[in-house]
Amino acid sequence: MDLILEGIRKAFYLIFTLDSEVLGITLLSLRVSGTATLMSLFIGISVGTVVALTRFPGRQLVVSIINTGMGLPPVVVGLFVTIFLWRNGPLGFLEILYTPTAIILAQAVIATPIVTGITLASIQNLPANLRLQILALGATRVQMIWLLVKEARLPLLAAVMAGFGGIISEVGASIMVGGNIKGYSRVLTTATVMETGRGNFDIAIALSVILMLLSFIVNAILTQIQQRERPR
Amino acid sequence: MNLAEDRQVLLQAEDLLVRRGGVTVLDIPVLHLFQGQVLALIGPNGAGKSTLLLTLAGLLKYAQGKILFRGAPIADGGFDYRRHIAMVFQEPLLFDTTVFENVAAGLKIRGVVRSEIERTVPEYLERFGVGHLAKRSARKLSGGEAQRTSLARAFVTKPQIVFLDEPFSSLDPPTREALTDDLERILRQTHTTAVVSTHDQTEALRLGERLAVVNGGKIEQIGPAAEVMNRPVNEFVACFVGVETVLPGRVVHVSDGVFTAAVDGGEIQAVGHVRTGEEVLCCIRPEHVTLSAETPFSKSSARNVFLGTIRKITPFGLFHRVHLECGFDLVAYVTRQSLEELHLEEGKSVTASFKATAVHVIPRVSLT
Repeated sequence: MDLILEGIRKAFYLIFTLDSEVLGITLLSLRVSGTATLMSLFIGISVGTVVALTRFPGRQLVVSIINTGMGLPPVVVGLFVTIFLWRNGPLGFLEILYTPTAIILAQAVIATPIVTGITLASIQNLPANLRLQILALGATRVQMIWLLVKEARLPLLAAVMAGFGGIISEVGASIMVGGNIKGYSRVLTTATVMETGRGNFDIAIALSVILMLLSFIVNAILTQIQQRERPR
Repeated sequence: MNLAEDRQVLLQAEDLLVRRGGVTVLDIPVLHLFQGQVLALIGPNGAGKSTLLLTLAGLLKYAQGKILFRGAPIADGGFDYRRHIAMVFQEPLLFDTTVFENVAAGLKIRGVVRSEIERTVPEYLERFGVGHLAKRSARKLSGGEAQRTSLARAFVTKPQIVFLDEPFSSLDPPTREALTDDLERILRQTHTTAVVSTHDQTEALRLGERLAVVNGGKIEQIGPAAEVMNRPVNEFVACFVGVETVLPGRVVHVSDGVFTAAVDGGEIQAVGHVRTGEEVLCCIRPEHVTLSAETPFSKSSARNVFLGTIRKITPFGLFHRVHLECGFDLVAYVTRQSLEELHLEEGKSVTASFKATAVHVIPRVSLT
């Protein structure tokens, strides 16, 4: 118990004294997971909307793959991203393995199916005739898709939360493709794993508290937007 | 009322075929919609009314045929055409925003400037009785308020044709009544061309100048409302437009244009060009049947007079439906006042009468 309390005390000490290393790790975590979330939103909303609005042979299979992808194990993603980015891998020429960019890529791969799946479900849950109603209002196809996405914005905010929450807290892929290099590719989760391994439980707890605070603050902001969005 | 045929054809469908899963769900050889006319599509559930509406609105792909708007063919889903129409569905399908923004949606889609939107939208909100709800969330509206908002959203763009797909069928009767009143008034005031589908014949008669009876993806009959109601071309149309008594019979006597048809349980006199021995259907609208408590009935010009017993009385809107057994089943409509004055009740003997000219005759050969 003392260990936990000491960890929490240490966390607030590190936060309030703006410890440069912890601050760097925290900002990198935010930047990496934020960028990966944005990438996943761009791809996930586009793909999810297209799959939701079109009918094509094999669609059921695609939906099943997306749904399976929502529970993609980070270590599996880490493994395949590592293979792809390996010196001799198909994307080895990019030379981004063990960089924050590699972590962004891996996290985007993890978050994209989550965002795609939630988008797909959100758009499909809209009334069946809404698409026709929008077209009958004189909308172009692009306007129609935009209005549908706008109409599904509240569940889509949940997609942002699920996507961001899923990747800011994952460790397997980050450690495999980022390498946990001090001052370069070390993020909150990989640092926590390392400090736990070293027996530095107070620092590990401190990093965990910061991670949870970060996750809470981001989700609280998004929840605030989500609830305020609904007109009275 | 002007004859619809005197007006300009606004929309025309030719040889229209819609298939779903290889099955033809709509087959319309020809359909004309005239400028300023309200066409009511009536038919049972699954008849193809919605499919016809969506196809005419350019929202459904068709396998064959063409649709001409002002004489020019439109591609299915044609963008330019859709900017000239509006559609109201059975569900209001409002956006998750305020009533004002919902009504403004069509204008915003067309890129109308905000100042113009703020000038136009309130006028239509007031016209449809939702002006006081402008700032309210669409999610917090009653069914009637939501459908009024949906109607305002459709009319605010000043469409040349409005398609309404059973717009009031999910509303309670008083709300439906009020909304039908308002829609009827606005359609008349604005001379808007409209196609409205409904399975409520009263609603169809109030809104539509012309009626089209749809069944199995085909138009069974189309024409001026009175003609379809009083001169149905077949048994299906007769039953659907409220001809509650349809009696199969055989012509046994013809004299001076009046003929007698033997029906199961009696004989009916009617007017028509038939031959002796011909099989016919005698259609009698319930509002054409007169009831009298006097038995026997005193002399009148009605050629058909039957002594009968009241089997059942059921309230039916503003009047009562009286089911009689007079050798054959006969249905009559009476007002509440008549019901009380004549002391009509189940089991009571009455005299039912209707004129020979009130019987609409359908030759059996026309049946499919």
